[in-house]
Amino acid sequence: MRQLWRSVRAGVWVLTHRRAAEGALAEEMTYFYERAEAEHVRSGLSPDAARRAVRAEFGSPDRAREEVRDFGWERHVVGGVGDLRRAAQRLRAAPSFALVSVLTLALGIGCSTVIFGAVDAVLLRALPYPNAQRLVVLRDYGADGEGIDLTLGTFDELRARSRRFAYLAATDPWRPTLADERAPERLDGARISANYFATLGVRPAAGRDFEPRDDQVGAVRVAIVSSKFARRRFGRGRPVVGGQLSLDDGEYQIIGVLPPAFIDVLSPANDIWAPMQQRSNAPFDSREWGHHYQVLGRLEDGATTDDARRDVASIASTPVAAFARPSWAAMTGGLMVRPLRDAVTQHVGPGLLAIAGAALLLVVIASVNVSSLALARAGKRRGELALRATLGAGQWRLVRQLLVEGLFLSAIGGALGLAVALTLLRVFSAICPAELSRVNAITFDARAFFFSLAATTLAGLGVGILPALGAVRAAQRGEALRTEMSRKDRTSPRMRRALVIAEVACALVLVVSASLLTRSLTHLFAVAPGFDASHLITFQVGGPGATLQSDSGRQHFYRQALEAVRRVPGVARADFTSTLPLKGRGEGYGFQAESLVADRSASGSAIRYTVTPGYFATMGIPVLRGRALQPSDTSGASEAIVVSESFARRIFGNIDPVGQRIRFGPETGSAREWDVIVGVVGDVKQRSLALDGTMAFYVAMDQWGWVDPVQSLVVRTTGSEGALAQRIKSAVWSVDPRRPVQQVATMEDVIAASAAEQRFARMAIGSFALAALVLTAIGMYGVVSESVSERRREIGIRKALGATSRAISVQVVRSGVATAAIGVVVGLGGALVATRMLASLLYGISPVDVGTYAAASIGLGGIVVLASVLPALRAARVDPATPMRSD
Amino acid sequence: MDTPNTDVIQGTMDMLILKTLSLQPLHGFGIARRIEQISRDVFKVNPGSLLTALQRLERAGWVESEWRPSENSRRAKYYTLTRAGRRQLDTETADWKRRIAAVGRLLSLEA
Repeated sequence: MRQLWRSVRAGVWVLTHRRAAEGALAEEMTYFYERAEAEHVRSGLSPDAARRAVRAEFGSPDRAREEVRDFGWERHVVGGVGDLRRAAQRLRAAPSFALVSVLTLALGIGCSTVIFGAVDAVLLRALPYPNAQRLVVLRDYGADGEGIDLTLGTFDELRARSRRFAYLAATDPWRPTLADERAPERLDGARISANYFATLGVRPAAGRDFEPRDDQVGAVRVAIVSSKFARRRFGRGRPVVGGQLSLDDGEYQIIGVLPPAFIDVLSPANDIWAPMQQRSNAPFDSREWGHHYQVLGRLEDGATTDDARRDVASIASTPVAAFARPSWAAMTGGLMVRPLRDAVTQHVGPGLLAIAGAALLLVVIASVNVSSLALARAGKRRGELALRATLGAGQWRLVRQLLVEGLFLSAIGGALGLAVALTLLRVFSAICPAELSRVNAITFDARAFFFSLAATTLAGLGVGILPALGAVRAAQRGEALRTEMSRKDRTSPRMRRALVIAEVACALVLVVSASLLTRSLTHLFAVAPGFDASHLITFQVGGPGATLQSDSGRQHFYRQALEAVRRVPGVARADFTSTLPLKGRGEGYGFQAESLVADRSASGSAIRYTVTPGYFATMGIPVLRGRALQPSDTSGASEAIVVSESFARRIFGNIDPVGQRIRFGPETGSAREWDVIVGVVGDVKQRSLALDGTMAFYVAMDQWGWVDPVQSLVVRTTGSEGALAQRIKSAVWSVDPRRPVQQVATMEDVIAASAAEQRFARMAIGSFALAALVLTAIGMYGVVSESVSERRREIGIRKALGATSRAISVQVVRSGVATAAIGVVVGLGGALVATRMLASLLYGISPVDVGTYAAASIGLGGIVVLASVLPALRAARVDPATPMRSD
Repeated sequence: MDTPNTDVIQGTMDMLILKTLSLQPLHGFGIARRIEQISRDVFKVNPGSLLTALQRLERAGWVESEWRPSENSRRAKYYTLTRAGRRQLDTETADWKRRIAAVGRLLSLEA
């Protein structure tokens, strides 16, 4: 112990008094040599002869001092610091190498960190619930075979009859308005069955969970909130449980707060949950029998998903009298049962996967580039290293120097990479379409960062150090200098060429993908949306207030708001619609045409637009036949329906739909009145610009069965729409200041947002492709210029023998072309496979579009060849006398 | 012509230095000379290994050093054996004797 202490103290003294320590050692050594020489002089030698004799006996004093200096732990510190300083100097001497390495590392590390974060968040991370593999989602089959939510009646029946579920819970989206002293705010939430959290296996962190009595119709209104909301609303650390919330449909008491880590994966934005308090045995025409309840089940211990499927299938196929079923919830096709995880990941757009793939390619290119750079540099330094090895630097010493240099680079690259990762994450979450579910769960992942830092660093270091070891070994065999000066390492140029081929191939895949996406977007945005998007601004106005519980109250509010908005100067027209085009899927309704009751093919689902009568004119939707809706289509008059062109064609074919009688919505028997089709309007894109033939029907707000609590206000302006937004909001608030007015957007924004996933993919893959192009050009330049400087002798000889400068540069470029060509061929193969991932994002263009492939190949090939022109010109300038001078 | 090996037997340098210093404090060159003289030029000590060994011994606490004026009026670093050093010398000497005796017995085996 004492010895250790002494050693530490001595070492620290040496480190802190470097000069004194050096001086003492030098003095001691000099004294030794002087005494040795003096002895020789005394025995009769001349001073010079004495000096020579001593050196012959002991070697040089410098070498001896070096030996002593090598003692002690502190020499590693001293050496490391020296190496660091030398590394910095050496890198400053090779700024392009340093810059390119650092940028490449930063890009590679940054991207791979984010990709890992995204893939992990979206695909790999387990659902944040205990035994999440036992959670399943139950869905019904819609008319088109797609999964749709269940009705509450079906849920009740399943809950009563199923055998293989420990829990079955239902949830229904709920967007209450928080009305208190501050600006009205709409909350994301859900109405749930009391056992919802128990099904997920989550307990509130404070307060209590819902109990069955909370779910009784007429029970005291209670709510559970997220920690995030509790903090935002009440402040950190303030008591929340027991607090009151004034929502638009009444006062709620908060009985629980969920743990901070809780995420409702089915809708991650949710902040508030309240019991549904719905009736069992509700009549068929009530809301309870609509398909809007998401049903979640937790399998019983030991039950598999297949057991659950059999269980549910047997219930579906054996109706019992106690549970009457309407035709739209008859479960004739059975029900879908699938793991919650699949249900969650299916919403992950192909865009995210394509982006992840693209980023992976970029990381490959980056690693290849780092290796290639390190290889080139190691090749250049073999001479220097061999020299130092011959002069007595130990293997460890040289490796340490290279390691320090590599680590120095990767530290800078890592720091920049961190910045890149954080920026990318911010950009991701800012522009990533919300539909890419759980994207908001992508966070910075330190493990991923350090992993990619280590991976890229090792790629560079590993490749960089191997040749150094070779140099040291050669030096130890005593052949280093000879070998180095005359014969070059043969493997490194070949390997670098292979690396560049790989780079070109990866880059081509990226460039092809980016071009496909760009061209596809051009096609997509050239599609007419079915309305005139210029000078249109939209608002979401909504929330039934405590004072506006009744349909007539809401109707009154919307009518007055409309009048107020229309009075704003600069507003040309304004109307309300229940559904805004290109904003979600819309709400589908079944229908029955009087003349086609027997014809089963004349069925399907049409999107409902409940609008104020001027809507078509405001939107610029053309009326093709008959008439538009009119102010006279009010509650007293017979119900007028306007259908879309596709609806008319698909359902009525050649028959004129105007005057046909039709019924929309749940069948409630013959007692219900028929509506009359009064007009046909042009198709409007609803789900996406890429989807044609939307079946739609329009009905006047006054004539539909209820008044939608949340509607979209569309306003056509005479001038710039942006400036008017605030005045329009004020106009709505002049009618009722408690109504939230949100999601202000021009219709052009809405159109752009409808292709958000494609645009996001194009942006991400496009920038990756650009980075890949740059890296590949650098890689190519490096390889070619390396081979040129290696072949200076050969080129010189050929010039001496009469080859023209032109012939020389052509030959150099030709080797570049050959490399690029191989890379392009490999890349084309890769692109054929890779672009399949893009298929669902493409519109109006095939993933194997020949023109795009050709253009991308030529473009990339051209850039790569261009990168080899510079070194070729240098080759042409080689002096024929070169071979005479070297060696 | 083969030059005889004059390297100090591996692992014995410390012991030789300690032994030399047990007679009187010496500077580096003095130690080297003394070892050569006493070993009758069987061992030659080169300054690099000697000073390294001295640093090691000093850090181990077996010798102490001090700058003192020397014969030729220059300052020299003199090394003195410490009490711990003397104990260490005894241990090493005993150990060495035991081992050398064993080697001797092995080498003197007939047939």
